[in-house]
Amino acid sequence: MTSIAEHAPEVRARGLTPVWACSAVAFLLASLAIGILAGPVDLGVGAVFESAGARLHLPGVSTSLSPTEEAILWEIRVPRVMLAALVGAMLAVAGATYQGVFRNPLADPYLLGVAAGAGLGATIAIAYLPAGLRGHRMLPVAAFVGGSVAVFLTYAVGRSARRERDAATLVLAGVTVTAFFTAWQTFVQQQNSETLQEVYSWILGNIPSTGWSDVILILPYIAVAIVVILALRRVVDVLNLGDDEAASLGVDVRRVRLALVVAATLGTAAAVAVTGLIGFVGIIVPHTIRLLTGVGYRALIPLSVVVGAGFLVLADVVARTVLAPAEIPLGVVTAFFGAPFFALVLRTTRGGTS
Amino acid sequence: MLRSLLVLVGAAVAALALTVAGASGAAAAPTAFPVTVVGSNGKVTVTKRPSRIVSLSPTATETLFAIGAGPQVVAVDDQSDFPKSAPKTALSGFTPNVEAIAGYRPDLVVIAYDPKGLSEALGRLGITVLHQDGAKSFKGAYQQIRQLGRVTGRDGRAAKLVAGMKTKIGAIVADARKGRQGLSVYHELDPTLFSATSKTFIGQVYTALGLENIADAADSAGFGYPQLSAEYVVSSSPDIIVLADTVCCGQKASTVAARPGWDRISAIRTGSVVRIDDSIASRWGPRLVDFFRAVSSALTRLRQ
Repeated sequence: MTSIAEHAPEVRARGLTPVWACSAVAFLLASLAIGILAGPVDLGVGAVFESAGARLHLPGVSTSLSPTEEAILWEIRVPRVMLAALVGAMLAVAGATYQGVFRNPLADPYLLGVAAGAGLGATIAIAYLPAGLRGHRMLPVAAFVGGSVAVFLTYAVGRSARRERDAATLVLAGVTVTAFFTAWQTFVQQQNSETLQEVYSWILGNIPSTGWSDVILILPYIAVAIVVILALRRVVDVLNLGDDEAASLGVDVRRVRLALVVAATLGTAAAVAVTGLIGFVGIIVPHTIRLLTGVGYRALIPLSVVVGAGFLVLADVVARTVLAPAEIPLGVVTAFFGAPFFALVLRTTRGGTS
Repeated sequence: MLRSLLVLVGAAVAALALTVAGASGAAAAPTAFPVTVVGSNGKVTVTKRPSRIVSLSPTATETLFAIGAGPQVVAVDDQSDFPKSAPKTALSGFTPNVEAIAGYRPDLVVIAYDPKGLSEALGRLGITVLHQDGAKSFKGAYQQIRQLGRVTGRDGRAAKLVAGMKTKIGAIVADARKGRQGLSVYHELDPTLFSATSKTFIGQVYTALGLENIADAADSAGFGYPQLSAEYVVSSSPDIIVLADTVCCGQKASTVAARPGWDRISAIRTGSVVRIDDSIASRWGPRLVDFFRAVSSALTRLRQ
């Protein structure tokens, strides 16, 4: 009873208001524009628009960019912006989903061991696969497989516990699997110290400049994951009440939770596979939206998709322009700029939400 | 007449033989031990000619064998893959185990890296440790070779090796200075575009060859190993690309050309992609000459 009473305000939490929806979309569009216009090579704003116009076969528009600049814009910069948007959307929505499903505000997309598993998969690929074979084709596959195996193990361990319906059991299982896989990864890494640098630069996390191939590689996973989570977004509000309450409201808690967790995990594994570990996005984006708007999950989840995409595109702009033509690891940017910003949001909204 | 000429020639030959004998006698003369040198770990005294050397530094291993101290070496670390005759073991220079090292009963341990008080721990066991940190200049590299000659009693061979390297590199550099100047180079450490600037040891090779290093503009922090943006590499369009990630990461001209936008780079169009064994490009020993040679042959091809 008390539990329902406590959570009642959240069930009635505001839905998606047009103002916030428009703001989020405007933020994403602005981020995409900045991402495409800014970079270590100055292409000129007008020239970029001309080039885009020419690509769209607008009558009377022709590009003033040289072939090299065209390649920089369309083969390096635009795909990188798209990749950042996809990964940002996925990490943010996975974070929001995990926080709702596990009723834990600190849950992030790596909670169930996906990062440790992907890290182990990538390390094994780097250490043992012949250099010619692994290229940048096998590495994401190995990371994806590792991440999925880790989460499957987490689920198996969590289910084998008696209190299988308790979300906390699953979180504990995730901690266990993470510790085990991390130890394994460190061991493999130490045995193959000549590969340290490659493993390290993978773990640091960045949006690679690999053109459209990586975008195409992860697009199906992330699209399916986001669609599934969006379809179930109203149920997350119910799950957030607690398992018993949700069950009494007619929700098949275990099946819905499984569907949500599998979708969030597979999407995250795909993202991690090409970008390595990018921390903080899955926590900062949903919480910022929640603090600013006070919406429930049914609005928080779509907003996280849009704002997460914009946030990571902007973070990547910082990563590739601040020290241009050198780069900064993206994970450093998300935490270094994200943490103070989040502290500010916490400070300014504290009065309003309590 | 003929007789006196013969005597003269005979005397000349004898004099020459004497000189040669004198010279080689000086080189072969055993160094007077004890010997004290200054390594990265301070003053190091070697009391007698070492006969059980353990090398945990791949660069030192190459040097030791190049100056004929190979027979004095009993074990080298797992990264010392050159020369093949070196007694490679499972010993690690990065995560060293003091007991395992001591198990070889070494009278001298050469290291390039001193993690977690390794040299101190070995010192406590009464084992002499010479720490030779990564050289920052050619001068430093030559000095390390001479130092290894000194502590192994191979001064003459070491001096000869250094002189030979200087002569060969000098000739390559002189040759490079004759051709077209102002060419640029991109040195790749790994496929995520980490590079090395002119400040680094390897970067000084390019400076010596008169090449402009595109990584220099990216190193505002002065760290020496910046990660470059792909956009920047493509727009800089370097004339030569040197791949030092051929072994670790299987990079070659075709994989680099397949990267988005890279087919526009001058080096790809002219086929001026140099593949270099990662280990040659990351050590500062006798094979520095090989590295010079690889880059200069690409330069020569480009200038034809």
